Amino acid sequence: MELIPQLLVNGVLYGSLLALPAIGFTTIFAVLRFPNFSVASIATLGAFAGWVANVPLGLPILVAVVAAFVISGIVGVLADDIVLRPMRPYGALTTAIASIALTVVLENMIRFGFGNDLRGYDLPLVRDWRFLGIRVGPQQLENLVLATIIMVLLFVFLRYGRFGKAMRAVADNPQLAALKGIPSGTVTRLAIFIAMGLVGVGGILQGLGTAIDPLTGFRFILSIFAAAVVGGLGSIPGAVLGAFVIGIGQELSLVILDPTYKSAVGFLAILVVLIFRPEGLLGEKRQ
Amino acid sequence: MISYLASIGVTIGIYALLALGINVAWGLTGMINLGMAGFFALGAYASAIATTSGELPILIGVVLGFIFAAGGGLLLAAITFRLRGDYLAIITLGFSESVRLFMTNEIWLTRGPDGISDIPGPLRGELTPRDFNLLYLGLMIVVLIVVVILLRNLANGPYGRALRAIRDDDVVAAVAGKPVGRLRLEAFALGAGLLGLAGALFGHYHSYIAPDMFLPLITIYIFLALTAGGPGNMLGAVLGAALVVAVLEGTRFVHDVIPGLSIVQVAAVREITVGLLLILALRFRPRGLVPERPARSSELGLSTPRRNR
Repeated sequence: MELIPQLLVNGVLYGSLLALPAIGFTTIFAVLRFPNFSVASIATLGAFAGWVANVPLGLPILVAVVAAFVISGIVGVLADDIVLRPMRPYGALTTAIASIALTVVLENMIRFGFGNDLRGYDLPLVRDWRFLGIRVGPQQLENLVLATIIMVLLFVFLRYGRFGKAMRAVADNPQLAALKGIPSGTVTRLAIFIAMGLVGVGGILQGLGTAIDPLTGFRFILSIFAAAVVGGLGSIPGAVLGAFVIGIGQELSLVILDPTYKSAVGFLAILVVLIFRPEGLLGEKRQ
Repeated sequence: MISYLASIGVTIGIYALLALGINVAWGLTGMINLGMAGFFALGAYASAIATTSGELPILIGVVLGFIFAAGGGLLLAAITFRLRGDYLAIITLGFSESVRLFMTNEIWLTRGPDGISDIPGPLRGELTPRDFNLLYLGLMIVVLIVVVILLRNLANGPYGRALRAIRDDDVVAAVAGKPVGRLRLEAFALGAGLLGLAGALFGHYHSYIAPDMFLPLITIYIFLALTAGGPGNMLGAVLGAALVVAVLEGTRFVHDVIPGLSIVQVAAVREITVGLLLILALRFRPRGLVPERPARSSELGLSTPRRNR
């Protein structure tokens, strides 16, 4: 039995799925300073947008992933403009509560349209690959490659592009950024578009491995929050690191815990990090 | 019909207790508790287990429900109270999911997804269902009156003023010599305890509880009750609870208005309605139907400031 190596591999694969939505969640936190709980329904939305492109429309999975990104991004921006932005003067916590209400509305709109049935994507059935006794599904590997490519592109875009600089400026100090002539409204919207797009891609990638229903996003938000908090809320590299910590931690927990407790590992990880290192692994120190 | 109205009344009472529990932490100190479903479940299970397997009297079960939930709240708040509110939001949400996982998995204690049935209710065997509903409604009203009076005294007394001072500006409160950390912990634990009390009463009324009854959705119902009623206001919480139950019961008739919807779609319409109402309430009535009155200096017993020379 190659139990531990197999669990490590599974953990890395799961971590790569978590990384994208965790980046989305943490980016919105970095720019707008509130936990946007609507990532749950946006992930579900991405999964369903991809399903519509893939199954009824018969488009290839790669196109479905792009559809998930675009639709989730657009809905994320619209929802923010209509619902959350007017709430911001009332404070971060009121906005957070509104984002839960928003997620209930979006999730139930999906439920109204698609019902509660499980839906699968149109994927070729392929046998798992085996290396040295470790089993890996080709689809999982594709997800890992796809997630890695998206993260590298994002990193290059944010690190070297003008947008990344503008976004960091707005996140640091919106008034100062505005004084410098940075259109903070546009930058914020674009940041939300990218963030929610990534959350949607996370939703479809998660769905590719199993099947989707209106609770798809909700089921893995605890792990997403955990990844973002463990890495340090507001830190994008932190979210990636946190995603792998949570992914591997959840899989390794199977050695001692019942599989049904997998998602509680995220909660435990949050508690441990908040007790010993409240700013997270890569987060900024706060006074 | 009377039985139906009484059962709606009991539901309003339970929602009102939940709203009051959230209100102690959120309305008075500005601490957010999104793990309401978890504390609600903790109280319900503690009391149900104590009175079924434990064969203890109902009253002791209810007290245990309060204590367990308050203890859980104290623990969570102790871990997070040094951090900003957003962390408490995430932690409490995670807590409620973990509680549900625990209730689903620890079958030896909670009977897992099957839930606990035959939870005793006061005089359930001796009374007709109608009389039982009426008796329980009466009990609910008594509990609510007691809780509202206690919380009102608390809120209007020096303790409540200290809590509101923390909500409005914790630095100023600390400078004024208030033990900010301890007060926060106490308020959060008290609120969590009330959620547990509501859970215990819920279990003894319905005689059956299962993990599925404690979904995070209920958090939305209660925040709607609280926002509509006016955060920081005890009576508003009760009115808000009545409003939410009216909406929930009213949307049952969506089916008659728009025929051809499936059961799932009707349920979806109900949740969409509640979600939209909460968004609208937060946006247009941030102070609720019964706003908190700003305290006048005469009420604070300060009279006119005197100069000491």
